Amino acid sequence: MAKFRKKKLEAQFELNTASMPDIIFMLLFFFMVTTTMREVSLFVKLKAPEAYEIQKLQKASPVSYIYVGKPTQPALFGTDDRFQCNDQFKDIDEIAGWAIQERQILPEEQKNKMTVALKVNEETRMGLVTDIKQELRKAQAYKINYTTRRKGK
Amino acid sequence: MARPCPNINAGSMADISFLLLIFFLVTTTMDVNQGINRLLPPLMDDPTAKPPKINRRNVLVVLVNSTDQMLVNNKFMEIGDLRQEAVIFFTNPMDDPNLPEKESITQKMADSRGDAAKYDKWKQTYEVLGEDYKVSKGVISLQNDRGTSYKMYIQVQDELARAITEVRNELCMRLWGVKFTSLKEETDLARIEAIQAVIPAAISEAEPKNIGGQQ
Repeated sequence: MAKFRKKKLEAQFELNTASMPDIIFMLLFFFMVTTTMREVSLFVKLKAPEAYEIQKLQKASPVSYIYVGKPTQPALFGTDDRFQCNDQFKDIDEIAGWAIQERQILPEEQKNKMTVALKVNEETRMGLVTDIKQELRKAQAYKINYTTRRKGK
Repeated sequence: MARPCPNINAGSMADISFLLLIFFLVTTTMDVNQGINRLLPPLMDDPTAKPPKINRRNVLVVLVNSTDQMLVNNKFMEIGDLRQEAVIFFTNPMDDPNLPEKESITQKMADSRGDAAKYDKWKQTYEVLGEDYKVSKGVISLQNDRGTSYKMYIQVQDELARAITEVRNELCMRLWGVKFTSLKEETDLARIEAIQAVIPAAISEAEPKNIGGQQ
């Protein structure tokens, strides 16, 4: 019996972890390829609606973002729907000025290609979205994109 | 001088790559830049100007109220039936007198004789298509309430866009045996433009009203 137990102890071996870095590197590369850098810090909760008929934004065109949703910190910013342009909360009458400024900093040949991507929470009421669109029309930023997720076919 | 190479301790390699992985997980997002592209109409110079007269049969009025219910040409409709309705509206296969009128390309060419650029465009379209396609005069008028949810609005926009794609696919399939969505911009630009000319994305958005009140 004692002999048997000794044999079992000897059979205990170390797990070979040499391939562990390879696996993790693989994961790392996967994430590097599929994700994009976080450009702004979001102050609103966002869940984009789903749609079938969606197009990718043109790579070459410059994009400015407007995020609409309920603030993540209701104690500071209230519980009503708010929107942030790139990374700042703005008031509705500041949008036109902001859009013009965004266009101003672009190189000349890209000025008429500017797209404004509206990332709007699906619960948001259209009133606010309409106001934003109206302001964008005033700033002659006509190209817009409603950001949506892809609906399963 | 050949000495036995000592083993490099690679035990910390996993830790380092873990650290990198976690860094990327935190600083990046999965969200993708895709969505529904739309072109806003320019503001009208004169708000009192009357809109151009359009024959009643050429308009499909889609109304969405503040509780996300939809009215299509005064009929209550579920979102699932909208696409079929829009496809029939745009194609009018039976030449129903209550559905939009159609105008052939040659007719359009004759109409635009004074305008050289327009005439050339239709002539080219005619040559690319190789047939006298009858262009529908139908326009979808979309109006929503200030209380409509964004989700519903996107759903309606999406269903209408799908309807237009369906009609385009059908024509493209009949002419060239390929889907419109599989045409490539680099090689088939003429075809894409021709199809877009005869089946335009005719969706017009009315200025919003506030009937249901803001919620």
